[in-house]
Amino acid sequence: MKRNLTCIVCPMGCSIEVELDGANVLSVTGNTCKRGAEYAKNECTNPKRTVTSTVRCENGEIISVKTDRAIPKDKMQECMKLINNARPCTPIAIGDIILSDVFGSNVVATQHSAAHNS
Amino acid sequence: MTDLVIIGGGPAGMSAAVAAYESGIRDILILERDENLGGILQQCIHNGFGLHKFGEELTGPEYAWRYEKKVRELGIPFKLNTMVLDITEDRVITATSSEEGVFQIQAKAIILAMGCRERSKGALNIAGTRPAGIYSAGTAQKYVNRKGYMPGKNVVILGSGDIGLIMARRMTLEGASVKAVCELMPYSGGLARNIEQCLHDFNIPLKLSTTVVEIHGKDRVTGVTIAAVDERRRPIPETREYIPCDTLLLSVGLIPENELSKSAGISLDRITGGAEVDQDRQTSVEGIFACGNVLHVHDLVDYVSEEAEIAGRSAAEYIKGAKPGDESVRITTDGKVRYTVPQRVTADKAVNVYFRVADVYKNVTIQVYRDGEPVYAKKKARVAPGEMETLRIGEDIIKGAKELKLGLEVSGQ
Ligand code: SF4
Repeated sequence: MKRNLTCIVCPMGCSIEVELDGANVLSVTGNTCKRGAEYAKNECTNPKRTVTSTVRCENGEIISVKTDRAIPKDKMQECMKLINNARPCTPIAIGDIILSDVFGSNVVATQHSAAHNS
Repeated sequence: MTDLVIIGGGPAGMSAAVAAYESGIRDILILERDENLGGILQQCIHNGFGLHKFGEELTGPEYAWRYEKKVRELGIPFKLNTMVLDITEDRVITATSSEEGVFQIQAKAIILAMGCRERSKGALNIAGTRPAGIYSAGTAQKYVNRKGYMPGKNVVILGSGDIGLIMARRMTLEGASVKAVCELMPYSGGLARNIEQCLHDFNIPLKLSTTVVEIHGKDRVTGVTIAAVDERRRPIPETREYIPCDTLLLSVGLIPENELSKSAGISLDRITGGAEVDQDRQTSVEGIFACGNVLHVHDLVDYVSEEAEIAGRSAAEYIKGAKPGDESVRITTDGKVRYTVPQRVTADKAVNVYFRVADVYKNVTIQVYRDGEPVYAKKKARVAPGEMETLRIGEDIIKGAKELKLGLEVSGQ
């Protein structure tokens, strides 16, 4: 079986063709670099995505967050629920862990809270 | 008198400031109208920034922080909540802030880094009412990502530029149902990776050659009528389709924010909407430079930083006494190449030319002509309006040239 993918690893967005036998990847073509081949293999076996969102802090401030590694694609909505239920306390600095152990990743802040800079 | 005043504290302004500092200029001031540095990146919470510049994938706020941290460490002064009202040709800046009221600064050099704004819905020709629930994609992005407020639940997006695609995913993740993304053109203006990870991942249909022909609803949007368009972009009546929704997002393009450039008498490029510049990003007014989205709309912030570094270094040289070259060679285009930045060169040195094409072309040869003769060619499998291209023109080609031209030879469609 053949599957056509668009590589999302970098803005080049190469079109990749993967030849599959069931769950086995036989060949990957069309990728410009190694990261593309790895992406294509994972996409056909265990697709993952990084989730980026925002969290409402206890004081009402909105802070942007991300999963610090990609999580299984079918867990994105569940991950969003956890993020939307969190109410972290400020001050928060970039990189601070907001939620740990979320489908194999940590949810970390990607922004300082307002109090941090002053 | 201030050596260098930079207008705008987003990625372009901060990169330019750091580059000028590193070129030996100390008397720098950044003026930013928002309450934070970082500009539009503050609301671009998705990732994909910085691969080119830092070799890692950052979110917008993280990318901005890399530069803000530098600005703070170097002690480069900046004023927030400060709105520039006017710039004159002899580099007098009039600005206002609630703390200082209206004040003026005389600068030796100015770098314009005000970014861009979204095309407004007023510019669109859609029949029907104008109820609440119509937002530009960028405004919706600000509501969701900065204020934590969802503008609606059932959404149709007109325009498939990157912000529209990113917002389709963002609103879906926050629980909204995105019914469709409609694109007037037969191709998307956004990056392929965004169509994949923002639409396909969530089964959101992308309807190419389709537009919104009517908006329904009295107080609030209750639905839109969409229709396919023919080759001349006229809606085909038989294809009209009603989609119930409470929100219409418009992602119909960005234009450089150039009101200030006009007041300084800077000549603008009709196509980019930004200033015309030379290889140093110096505008037609001596001592005034421009970089980033105020010059031309970029798709990657990494290239904004790169361009801003050129402007920062050149402004530093200018402050130290360098004069712009007096012979300038224009870079013209053949129409398939829509525009280039820079638009002219004034020095005999190699230059990286950024350009965009007018349509999607396959199997092209990018040609550089020098005084009408082809002198350099580069092949590419595919070019598209949504993707900025670059080409390096060597010193040997520029030296002694009277005219340079960039064109495309197309062997497939
Ligand atoms: S294959 Fe490599 S170059 Fe192509 S999109 Fe993927 S990461 Fe980028």
